[in-house]
Amino acid sequence: MKYRMAAALLSLAGFFVSLYLYLYKIGRIGTLACGTGGCETVQTSPFSRFLGLEVALYGVVGYLVLLVLSMDTLRRPAAAISSRLLLILSGAGLAFTIYLTYLELFVIKAICRWCVGSAVIITLIFIVALLDWRRRAAPPGSLSQ
Amino acid sequence: MAAGEMKRFYTILGVLGVAGLAVIGYLVMRRPTISIPANVQVLPADTAGFRGYFLGSDSAPIEITEYADYQCPACQDFETVQMPSVEERLIQTGRVRWRYRDFPLDQIHRHTRVAAHSAACADEQGKYWDQHHRIYSWTPDWTTKSDPSGIFRDYAKAVGLDVPKYDACMESKKYAGRIEASSREGVAVGVTSTPTFLIGGRLYPGRMAFDEIKKLVDSLSPAPAAKP
Repeated sequence: MKYRMAAALLSLAGFFVSLYLYLYKIGRIGTLACGTGGCETVQTSPFSRFLGLEVALYGVVGYLVLLVLSMDTLRRPAAAISSRLLLILSGAGLAFTIYLTYLELFVIKAICRWCVGSAVIITLIFIVALLDWRRRAAPPGSLSQ
Repeated sequence: MAAGEMKRFYTILGVLGVAGLAVIGYLVMRRPTISIPANVQVLPADTAGFRGYFLGSDSAPIEITEYADYQCPACQDFETVQMPSVEERLIQTGRVRWRYRDFPLDQIHRHTRVAAHSAACADEQGKYWDQHHRIYSWTPDWTTKSDPSGIFRDYAKAVGLDVPKYDACMESKKYAGRIEASSREGVAVGVTSTPTFLIGGRLYPGRMAFDEIKKLVDSLSPAPAAKP
């Protein structure tokens, strides 16, 4: 259960980070609190959009879905579907984040602290989802939280 | 799972949720950081020694004045499609001196004065045209925003301005009078829309193609014959 609680809390934190970046991108927040200046470079680059939508919007929706899934795993501990989906979706989010981090480092050549924060969050969610999945898959008593 | 543990979890989740919403709500509800007033009194100091922003040689035989609005799509189109040819073939060759004047259309373009003021603040640091080009080139990124001042600040950083100086300039709104004076000059000479060009004493409203401008320039001052 602790893994699932951690996944829920991390998803909520990730949701707010993405929401902050998205609101900046659509002009609802004047400036980004970003000491390096890299956030603006990343957020105003052509790569801040993906398939016609703001990248941050994928984060908002993705983290919200992760939050719902992790809450569902807490509400229905015996149901496997939500924890499986949690693992798959966080894995997809991690893969997308690796792609975005590659763009930051090697194409845009600027680092956005908030994006790094989101990358850490999605990595942690994937790790706890994986640990939860392993615990579920293991024979009773062989693994403990 | 102990009920106490679940209770603690929901408490932490609730606190995180409320705190996150409070911070986001505060950021969204803040007033726009900068707005440049139109109903400003124009002082002599606003226009003393200032006729506009210039590109090109003082000794060019022809001066073209452009009255434009940063948020006007036709101006943006002219700036990005036609202006590069004008710069390369007429301004850099010494045939034309370009004068840019702000003509903000406040009723339909709510950010135009902030954009103009941002460029004016860049002028203080000798980077007017860098900021000018940047604002026009990235119009889709800021024109629909509720508060684009942060984006203009990002451009200021990107073009290499001293940002604290730029911030102080924007907060002072010191060029609001200059922008209004520029607008009044446009009205006085008969400008009613943007972009409008003043060439050889005549007004040419609407987006002009480079070829049209060149033809007019050729008729007013024939190009020097090429040396054999």
